[in-house]
Amino acid sequence: MSAGAPARGSPWRAFAPAATGLGTLIGFLLVAELLIRIGVINRFIVPPPSEVIESFGRVIVEEHVPRRFLLTLSECLTAGVMITVFGVAGGVTMHRYKLLQQAIETWVAALAAAPVVLAYPLFMVIFGRSAWTIIMIGFVAALPPVMLKTLEGLAGTRKVLVNVGKSFNLTQNQQFWKILFPAALPTIFVGVRLGLIFALINIVGVEFLINYGGLGQLINDLAERYDLPGTYAAITFVILVSVVFFMALEKVERWLRPVD
Amino acid sequence: MAETGRLRQAASAGPLLSPVTLVRVAIILGALSIWELLAHSGWLYRDVVPSLTRIGAALVDLLSHGDYYFNLGVTVGEIAAALTIGGMAGLAVGILLGANRFLSKAFEAYLYYLGPTPKIIFFPIMIMWFGVGPESKIALGTLSCFFPIALSVAAGMRQIDKVLIRVGRSFRANTMQMVWKIYLPAMRHPIINGVRLGLGMALIGTLLAETKLSNKGIGFLIIQAYSTFDMPQMYAQLIVLFVLAIGANALVGRLGGLANIKSK
Repeated sequence: MSAGAPARGSPWRAFAPAATGLGTLIGFLLVAELLIRIGVINRFIVPPPSEVIESFGRVIVEEHVPRRFLLTLSECLTAGVMITVFGVAGGVTMHRYKLLQQAIETWVAALAAAPVVLAYPLFMVIFGRSAWTIIMIGFVAALPPVMLKTLEGLAGTRKVLVNVGKSFNLTQNQQFWKILFPAALPTIFVGVRLGLIFALINIVGVEFLINYGGLGQLINDLAERYDLPGTYAAITFVILVSVVFFMALEKVERWLRPVD
Repeated sequence: MAETGRLRQAASAGPLLSPVTLVRVAIILGALSIWELLAHSGWLYRDVVPSLTRIGAALVDLLSHGDYYFNLGVTVGEIAAALTIGGMAGLAVGILLGANRFLSKAFEAYLYYLGPTPKIIFFPIMIMWFGVGPESKIALGTLSCFFPIALSVAAGMRQIDKVLIRVGRSFRANTMQMVWKIYLPAMRHPIINGVRLGLGMALIGTLLAETKLSNKGIGFLIIQAYSTFDMPQMYAQLIVLFVLAIGANALVGRLGGLANIKSK
């Protein structure tokens, strides 16, 4: 480093925080490895990180992770299509009929705050121990944000755009498809993104709880077999998949959002 | 004119008979009628949709048993412990990240992306670390509520009016004084919002853990009702749980709202 303050846009300045974050994570894993190897931490409770990393390949091949991943993804996408169709339709209906909106908006908000996933035994009774139980919990838990965001997007359309539509004598349908819906689309997508996140969390969680389906069941299986490195590897894998999923959704949202 | 007309109409009709109330009552009555019809139709397996009277009886039975309150106490205790530990940790980490741009850039992305991941999958680890007792449920609740609180506090720290911070510094306040006199009062709304989110997450984490493996608590009672296929009992359990959960959420939100009014 040259004398004096580094230039404002120097690469070190840009990468220092990320390097610190990553370095801390690696340092933490190394310290954990050391403490486990010298016996300070019991290896039958916390396996050494090196064993966890090693078991990744084994878990992916032997436990059919690609198939499980596709199953969980398909459950998520099914719930995603359902929340988009029913959530947007619900939001539009609430926007069109103000009385209905006034009557049920607080209920929908309460449902959004309600711990729907706790009713999973009820869903099991209704849908059986099947993929539909998992999909329906994801659907019910993720529906309210899509409805509320659709409503927010439609209600938040700029007055000037609505007036432009009126000045062209647009019918109610034209006003909706040409003005309201395009203007609300970015907000609707925020709702769909939130909904998909809720759906993924609930779907993986319920797979784990009812020991059925894709990635969630994998963790339960490995834990019941007391395959510690495998359990830790599977949990890390699910976390990584979730993070990649959230990042991808964010990217799509940014791509869809018009430049103001 | 229209406003006055509406006001007069509202005053004369009274809040009980407003169109909104009527729509609400109609929806509730419609839903209950469909439910009762389904219960008596025989279209579904017996007891999947029990009649309202049976659910009502189960609700009375549930609430009149001391055993339920013992289990409720266990769960409330676990959630309170989780919220206290996770809240304190979240507050400390949030203040640290909010106050320091470098630390925020280095670590906040991890919290941001780890925050929404499903926490229940950590339960096998929590059992190994803390055993099968209430400790593992508290640990899962703590893990669940830590992230929303930390992120909310960090965001709140960054929104504090710079003038307030400069006032504190000009009085040569030390770090603790800055935290107690400036940071915490200035960001009580993000903190309360974080606690509200955290409470919901702690509640879900703790109860799901109870349904997976426990011998006491509300989650245990729900899964026990499921295992014995006592459907009216399970519906009663879920109704009480949802009322309590939504009520607790509203209560924390109301506390936040009250603080807002007082500040004005």
